[in-house]
Amino acid sequence: MNRLIAAEWIKLWSLRSTSLVLLSGALVIIGITANSARSNVDLIRRSGSEEQRSFIDPMHAAFMPDAFQILMLIAGSVGAITIFGEYTSGLIRTTFAAIPARHEVAAAKIILIAAVMSVLGAAVAAASFGITQAIYGQEGVGMPFGAPGTARAIAASALLAPLSALVGMALGAMIRHATGTMVSLVGLLFLLPALVRGETYRWVAEIGNAMPISAWSALTDNPARPDHPAKYPVTLAEAWTVFGAWALVAVVVTVLVVRRRDV
Amino acid sequence: MIEAHELTKRYGRTTAVDGLSFRVRPGVVTGFLGPNGSGKTTTLRTALGLNRPTAGSVTIGGRPFRERRRGMRHAGALLDAQDVHPGRSAYAHLRALACANSIPRGRVTEVLEEVGLAAVARRRVGGYSLGMKQRLGIAGALLGDPPVLLFDEPLNGLDPEGVLWSRGLFHRLAAEGRTVFVSSHLMSEMEQTADHLIVIGRGRLIADEPLARFAARGTRPSVTVRTPDPGALARALRSEGAALETRGDGSCTVTGLSTDRIAEIALDHRIVLHELVPRGSSLEEAFLELTADSSDHRAGESG
Repeated sequence: MNRLIAAEWIKLWSLRSTSLVLLSGALVIIGITANSARSNVDLIRRSGSEEQRSFIDPMHAAFMPDAFQILMLIAGSVGAITIFGEYTSGLIRTTFAAIPARHEVAAAKIILIAAVMSVLGAAVAAASFGITQAIYGQEGVGMPFGAPGTARAIAASALLAPLSALVGMALGAMIRHATGTMVSLVGLLFLLPALVRGETYRWVAEIGNAMPISAWSALTDNPARPDHPAKYPVTLAEAWTVFGAWALVAVVVTVLVVRRRDV
Repeated sequence: MIEAHELTKRYGRTTAVDGLSFRVRPGVVTGFLGPNGSGKTTTLRTALGLNRPTAGSVTIGGRPFRERRRGMRHAGALLDAQDVHPGRSAYAHLRALACANSIPRGRVTEVLEEVGLAAVARRRVGGYSLGMKQRLGIAGALLGDPPVLLFDEPLNGLDPEGVLWSRGLFHRLAAEGRTVFVSSHLMSEMEQTADHLIVIGRGRLIADEPLARFAARGTRPSVTVRTPDPGALARALRSEGAALETRGDGSCTVTGLSTDRIAEIALDHRIVLHELVPRGSSLEEAFLELTADSSDHRAGESG
């Protein structure tokens, strides 16, 4: 198994696009959050009022939804490509002729991608938090690393990357086609949650709450600044459960589909 | 040793392979011959565990290939030269395969040198010609030093030098006692390559015999005869039961009589012969004749 993971490691990094996409993606995300903190600091300086200062939730800039949706997209795409890239190029036949134990190939890919994405997610989340709070620190509103809720927010944001990657892998294994996989990835991670927003019907709201993006949002809330309460809020336990369930389903789908189908 | 037993593979209503049984033995190059769409590729893929048989079985070294955890030390295969990621270098591609199969890194350099790709091994495969990709595929097949090798249309895209080289390689691998199974849809390719032939058409076995015996069947031998008096010769030969086909230059093709018999008849009738040449049937003709009924893609025919 170790040899298979090492082989997948070689395959992942021998494609130039991998490091290019991951590195530039990380820089873009951190750039967006840092810029948000910087413009808020500007706002405080220009208004000069204490009130403006207290309006600002320093945690929000560190974990901006827009920025972390980019993380989801990048991680999801790279995860998807590791699977559908083998099918679309035909490499999958070479791979499975060399390693007939297909579930082991799938498992090695899952373990490697989950690990790499966890490192990427942790680096991005920690850097984003550290840099934004350092910028806020200039005006004395930054939060320290140990503040309540920060460890949870960093952990959830870090895990968002492997979670999205696993979803991408499952879709890649099912669809085995570049465009189809990418469209369904965007649909599942971003469009579907947008469709089930609102609090008119409880079941619609509950479906919305079961989306990774809603769970992540609940896990990165600043406990010191309660939002206006939602009618059907996502509890922290529910949010972690959503993360776990999505990851588990994605792993099971990937392994089963890869095992069953002719190539 | 590769063994197929009543192997059947259906895709929906299409039957690609239909109750196919054969045995590919070590020590000789076995050609796997059939027209396009006759089920060769499906058979090879099923042998390697890439497709599941609908019925029957196929084994390599006595076991279904899907039961092996790692494959490269048991069988090496070149199925399609394009089955590689264009963004990777040849070296990285082989290195990953070697790593997964616990094959030492030095072996990668060895096979790259053997197939003549050492100089370009660090370049992206996307920029390779088809011939170079074929060589890379062959390198991958050799990587695990396996006792069984399967090649699907390996001569496609190779230049004449490459064709000669791969023929030499197949013979050498067979001489080392390995099982070498090479598919092609062109008889002319197999003529110089294979010692034994397995011929299929529409997924069914048509022939399984040594190349020499296969060549002997098929079209009956004919004789080309040239004479200044073709009319008289034709009458004489026809009365002896021969079939004649007259050609423009005064020569004709005779079937049904040997050269000796034609000469005797000509002498009896005092007809001068300027030319008397026996023509053996070619392998290509034998192949075309045998597979004519089973070809799915005959020209000028729909469906």
